[in-house]
Amino acid sequence: MFVINCPYCGERDQQEFKAGGEAHIERPKQPTELSDDEWAEYLFMRKNIKGVQFERWNHAHGCRKWFNMVRDTSNDEIKLIYKMGERPPSE
Amino acid sequence: MSANLRVKSSEFIDETVRISFKFNGKTYYGFKGDTLASALLANDIHLVGRSFKYHRPRGIMTAGSEEPNAIVQVNDKTNRTEPNVRATEVEIYEGLEASSQNCWPSVNFDIGGINNAISAFLPAGFYYKTFMWPASFWEKYEYFIRHSAGLGKSPTEKDPDIYDHRNIHCDVLVVGAGISGILAAKNAAKNNFKTLLVDEKNELGGATIYQNREFNKIDNQSSSDWIKKEIQELSNIKNLEIKTRTSVAAYHGYNYLLARENLTDHLEKKDKQDKIRQRLLKIRAKKVILATGALERPLIFNNNDRPGIMLSSAVKKYADFYGVVSGKKNIFFTNNDSAYESALCLHNKGIQVEAIIDIREKSDSNIVKAVKKAGITIHWSHTIVDTKGYKKLNSISVMKLSNDGLSVIGNKINISCDCLGVAGGWTPAVHLFTQSGGKLTFDENDKVFLPNKYPSDQLCVGSCNGDFKIKEIINNLSINLKKFLNIEKTDFDNLSVDSEKENSKRNIWLLPSNKPIGKTKPFVDYQNDATAKDIKLALREGFRSIEHVKRYTTTGMGTDQGKLGNMHALGIIADTAGVKMGDLGTTTFRPPYTPLTFGTIVGRNVGEYFDTFRRTPMNDWHIENKAEFENVGQWKRAWYYPINGETMHESVQRESIAARESVGILDASTLGKIDIQGSDASEFLNRVYTNAWSKLGIGKCRYGLMLNEDGMVYDDGVTTRLGENHYLMTTTTGGAANVLGKLEDYLQTEWPELDVYLTSVTDHYATASICGPNSKKILNKIIPDLDLSEENFPHMSFKNAQIENIKCRIMRISFTGEHSYEINVQANFGKAIWEKCMEAGKEFNITPYGTETMHLLRAEKGFIIVGQDTDGTMTPIDLQMDWIVSKKKYDFIGKRSLYRSDTMKEERKQLVGLLTDDPSIVLEEGAQIVSELNQSPVNMLGHVTSSYYSPNLKKSIALAVVRNGKNMMGKKLFIPMEDKTINVTVANPVFFDSKNKRINA
Amino acid sequence: MKNKYSIFSLVKNAFSYHENWQKAWKDPTPKKEYDAVIVGGGGHGLATAYYLAKKHNMKNIAVVEKGWIGGGNTGRNTTIIRSNYLWDASAGLYDHALKIWEGLSQELNYNVMFSQRGVMNLAHNLQDVRDLKRRTHANRLNGIDAVYLSTEEVKKFCPIINTSPDIRYPVLGGTLQRRAGTARHDAVAWGYARGADEMGVDVIQNCEVKGIKRNSDHVEGIETTKGFIKTKKVGVVAAGHSSVIANMAGLRLPLESKPLQALVSEPVKPIIDTVVMSNAVHAYVSQSDKGELVIGAGTDDYVSYSQKGSHQIVEGTLNAILELYPIFSRMRMLRQWGGIVDICPDASPILSKTSIKGLYFNCGWGTGGFKATPGSGDLFAHTIANDEPHKLNAAFNLNRFVSGDLVDEHGAAAVAH
Repeated sequence: MFVINCPYCGERDQQEFKAGGEAHIERPKQPTELSDDEWAEYLFMRKNIKGVQFERWNHAHGCRKWFNMVRDTSNDEIKLIYKMGERPPSE
Repeated sequence: MSANLRVKSSEFIDETVRISFKFNGKTYYGFKGDTLASALLANDIHLVGRSFKYHRPRGIMTAGSEEPNAIVQVNDKTNRTEPNVRATEVEIYEGLEASSQNCWPSVNFDIGGINNAISAFLPAGFYYKTFMWPASFWEKYEYFIRHSAGLGKSPTEKDPDIYDHRNIHCDVLVVGAGISGILAAKNAAKNNFKTLLVDEKNELGGATIYQNREFNKIDNQSSSDWIKKEIQELSNIKNLEIKTRTSVAAYHGYNYLLARENLTDHLEKKDKQDKIRQRLLKIRAKKVILATGALERPLIFNNNDRPGIMLSSAVKKYADFYGVVSGKKNIFFTNNDSAYESALCLHNKGIQVEAIIDIREKSDSNIVKAVKKAGITIHWSHTIVDTKGYKKLNSISVMKLSNDGLSVIGNKINISCDCLGVAGGWTPAVHLFTQSGGKLTFDENDKVFLPNKYPSDQLCVGSCNGDFKIKEIINNLSINLKKFLNIEKTDFDNLSVDSEKENSKRNIWLLPSNKPIGKTKPFVDYQNDATAKDIKLALREGFRSIEHVKRYTTTGMGTDQGKLGNMHALGIIADTAGVKMGDLGTTTFRPPYTPLTFGTIVGRNVGEYFDTFRRTPMNDWHIENKAEFENVGQWKRAWYYPINGETMHESVQRESIAARESVGILDASTLGKIDIQGSDASEFLNRVYTNAWSKLGIGKCRYGLMLNEDGMVYDDGVTTRLGENHYLMTTTTGGAANVLGKLEDYLQTEWPELDVYLTSVTDHYATASICGPNSKKILNKIIPDLDLSEENFPHMSFKNAQIENIKCRIMRISFTGEHSYEINVQANFGKAIWEKCMEAGKEFNITPYGTETMHLLRAEKGFIIVGQDTDGTMTPIDLQMDWIVSKKKYDFIGKRSLYRSDTMKEERKQLVGLLTDDPSIVLEEGAQIVSELNQSPVNMLGHVTSSYYSPNLKKSIALAVVRNGKNMMGKKLFIPMEDKTINVTVANPVFFDSKNKRINA
Repeated sequence: MKNKYSIFSLVKNAFSYHENWQKAWKDPTPKKEYDAVIVGGGGHGLATAYYLAKKHNMKNIAVVEKGWIGGGNTGRNTTIIRSNYLWDASAGLYDHALKIWEGLSQELNYNVMFSQRGVMNLAHNLQDVRDLKRRTHANRLNGIDAVYLSTEEVKKFCPIINTSPDIRYPVLGGTLQRRAGTARHDAVAWGYARGADEMGVDVIQNCEVKGIKRNSDHVEGIETTKGFIKTKKVGVVAAGHSSVIANMAGLRLPLESKPLQALVSEPVKPIIDTVVMSNAVHAYVSQSDKGELVIGAGTDDYVSYSQKGSHQIVEGTLNAILELYPIFSRMRMLRQWGGIVDICPDASPILSKTSIKGLYFNCGWGTGGFKATPGSGDLFAHTIANDEPHKLNAAFNLNRFVSGDLVDEHGAAAVAH
């Protein structure tokens, strides 16, 4: 069970949080202009990385805020946490 | 058999407190401080149980939690019975009853022992190769296999004990209170680290506390005297919490550890009552120090499993700590000096030591010299080739080892004995370290796996880190602890320590015999009866990975999880396959370290605390009025209100008629309610619902349908515009939390530019819904000054009002098709408002109705219930609710998905009504629908989602989803049930008042 | 020709102290080129190779496994086998597998201990009842044995379940599939490996795939830790790691890989002789031939390849177990472990061609792949051999995520499989 440093509340046990999958998949601004393939890409296709992954987490049983996390999925090490809307670090 | 083998009074045993206990029905005595194992040994009982596969007699092998053999059923036939309990861990108490397992009719005469005689036909994996003929017979074979497998018996009654959890956050957790753990904890606490020290035993001090080693001195005192003083000092240290009888079970990532604190297992029955039996400590430690020690390992030789064959360290502990001698004629068999300590300990107590068999060529350490001086015979370069004694060891056969250690030479010597102490060296207890993700390295010199790479902030100290002598333990601890805690000094930096160095080593994983290996039984896993030849067989058959060998032979899969034999298994694999042990690696150590009671893991989360029940403010009224309840999500909802012994059907018929003919009242408080505010609230609703919201006037209500992004119906409900920038959304009862979560997600991550705030107010309001032609009259009675005219208060609108001092929001909305009002009040007034309605409705025979009637009434109107008429595969178009999908809106959640090739198909399943040809037959919900009978394969068109007998229509009605159903109006279809076929006709799903006259009546 | 396994061979070998047993499979070094290579030596991959050799006469093929065969989810699951799925496509797929299971020990001459002890699914609320009845009717019409049980019948079939109406999640009924049951998971991998090996398939362990070589539209071979292997057909059956392999070929899949945990108790004498599953409280339990209670927990909600899950998942599962079986309170957990499952948005698998010719994926089995092993292998072999899916796996294509024609089993089995 991880310890997650919520950017709004500080360190809390993982069980207070919900994972929200891959981060930085922006909802298309004009969905109707997309082909079925492009829409499927947005809707279902995921990188599902083994290694350093950018993902979304929600402090569901706390402040209910969403934020971003950089985590190594091969060993669950959390590298970085940053707020929604902030740009992802280049590395 | 009442021999007393108590040799010497021990300070750890209180001989003034005699305790009686039963073993296999017979009464014995022990003393306070005894374990079941020590008490049995004191009564000269070695035969405790039978092994798993061959049912061989087995005795007490160890003095700790690694015990593979001496496992018993405790308190059989009581509600506190427990299988597979290690006799070495049970502290005896008055009234304890223990019995042997896995034997029938008794441990002395066990029919299953026949397996030993036919063991030649039962090699590793034999069951994969047979029991295949005839094909249908496996379950019959399996019946017998199952009954001869298993060990103890599961309890069959409810557990009378309670369990608990505790969260602990500390700076430093020290696991193991042997010498290194005590010193580490003491110095951590003294340096202001909030420290927790835990040990699985009931005494601190580990082995040091009772061992008086001849050549170990600390500060010029015996090590046991010195550690006692250290322990005494602990009680005066701030910041230090100590927990004994506390075994760390699991070491997870982020320094999260689980420990079981045992509180009452050592108490007699009357003292267990109403106390917490075990507590699960959930420990989050900033730093962890593992001082888990080392386990002595046995030696692998022919027939090395007989009762009377024990670990050398166990023989010593029973003598030193419990004052019990395990045999009258003792022999030790060793590959290192530690057996000499045990031998000398017995000798000094006046107990006969026949001989020491040592596979080494020589050793000239002081302890060996002392043993020689005591006149004990030492057989250098010898090995045991066989042992005798079916239920108790009575002799061993010894031969000289060849120089390469692969064979034996010379003549066989037989020596009689009744106890053999075996010393195969020490295995660091790195289980927790590896559980945490730590990586090991193999030390060729000591033949041990040692901690190498730490995955988190932790440190291994003492013998679990490969330091086996007191001098190196203390020296290395001093250096490593200072670095780990970043402290200047410890209070044992300059301690004078004397201990011996071992200088002679010889390790042979599988000792040779004079017989071919095929005729021998060198056990590697005692409990599961896996032998060295099983391991070799597995390798011969092509199993190369250690995980394969483990699984094929079941080595290491017993209740001891291979604590004794795993190293030998690895060694034998490495030797046989010609690979280095370091390259071979180990099998994965899995939690828990020792088996962990389910009840402890669960703690208080049982019975009524298993999951929350949510109850409405009117709940007490429903109970007083004998409602039956239905569980919906976490809610308890009134299902129907039987009177005078009505069946559910009778109640529902009565309630339904009342609601249509006069007035009914429903507790609708469980519906999810979300308060939405902000200048972009309207735009937000536009994006989350399929229909348009911008033009909804203040004070008006609108039904909305919410989709998933994949276009499927997700939730529905009525939303009311309370003000310019203020809405109140309702959701389904079960979906409330998910809807809020989803809306927050979009708001925070996709549309942060919107000025919208969401607040869950489900619990803040109570809702009474009055419905039926007389509902208006009731409302008029309780709020006479509210204008209920159609002009002022039309359908789908809302008013603020006040009933006496209670402020309320009244929505004129309807889920039944009747003229109805939902009265929302602050939750504390829920029951008051309900009772007021009941009072005012008396003259109209107001009838409370439950969810079942609500379902029926809405089905008469063809209104859907999300989750019952939909299942995550229905679009609004499928529901024939095209009218609610805005064509004008540019986008809303799920819109794009409605235009995919499959979702646009005509012949999807669509919601329709069904009428049975025989109006008295009520269809079964879930029944499947076909258009043709006797097809193969059967082409199922859909299923019945909702079905009722409508008393208002005097016929059975149903909603169903049917492939291409919207083009089948009036078509005859069939419901093939198990015993009959029901004929139905596709109909409009609005069965009642299709012109919606009643709503506005 | 390999030794045939039987009671007679066992007795015969006993007289030579079991010194003469042959290797169950060889330990080959990879050839330079194969007609097809299967990536992943779990049950599904080995079965695929077995059926390619047996039914499609493709003998020059290899299975490459990065660790040891059967070491992934094949050796980590709770061995439940059933076919009582709701949708026609799923029912067809899983019942095809179940039919093969019924003769598998004889077919492989390896006892996989398929034990048809029945699988019961419990209903705890009125919607559960509707859903289970719906499924039972669909099963019956699809020729799959399934019956709906009343609470009393549930109790009779498995007397240790707490069926008191007063508990938090009372048992309102259940379904029973009698042909369903459990099997010995390791034996499935070993039996298929032995069978495939006998027909000339190279089962290559400790051989990790590092890259997939392709030209513009078709596969040319794979890079492995044991060198480059040329092949025109690559079947990926790498549960958990499917996305990692897909990435090597420049593909993205609709998958997320999540931790799934399971645990066993200490072994006891027979106490429960069927398999009981409950989706609402999320508990499923059976008892192994050894006597251990085998208990499956749920998945965590985050992506992880660490093969570790969170403790609260295990705790939640045992809470549910004690709700339904209070008598197990004093039983003890012996061992817990985790695996990695890749999950599709519709909780159904992918057995499909891809946009790259010669590259096939068999993945997305989520928490329930073991039961499908023989059927999955058979159908995937068909797909690879013919470059066309069999009609039983046609619905499980990748294009369904584009068209929207999902096989959504969530409705019928929200959590557990």
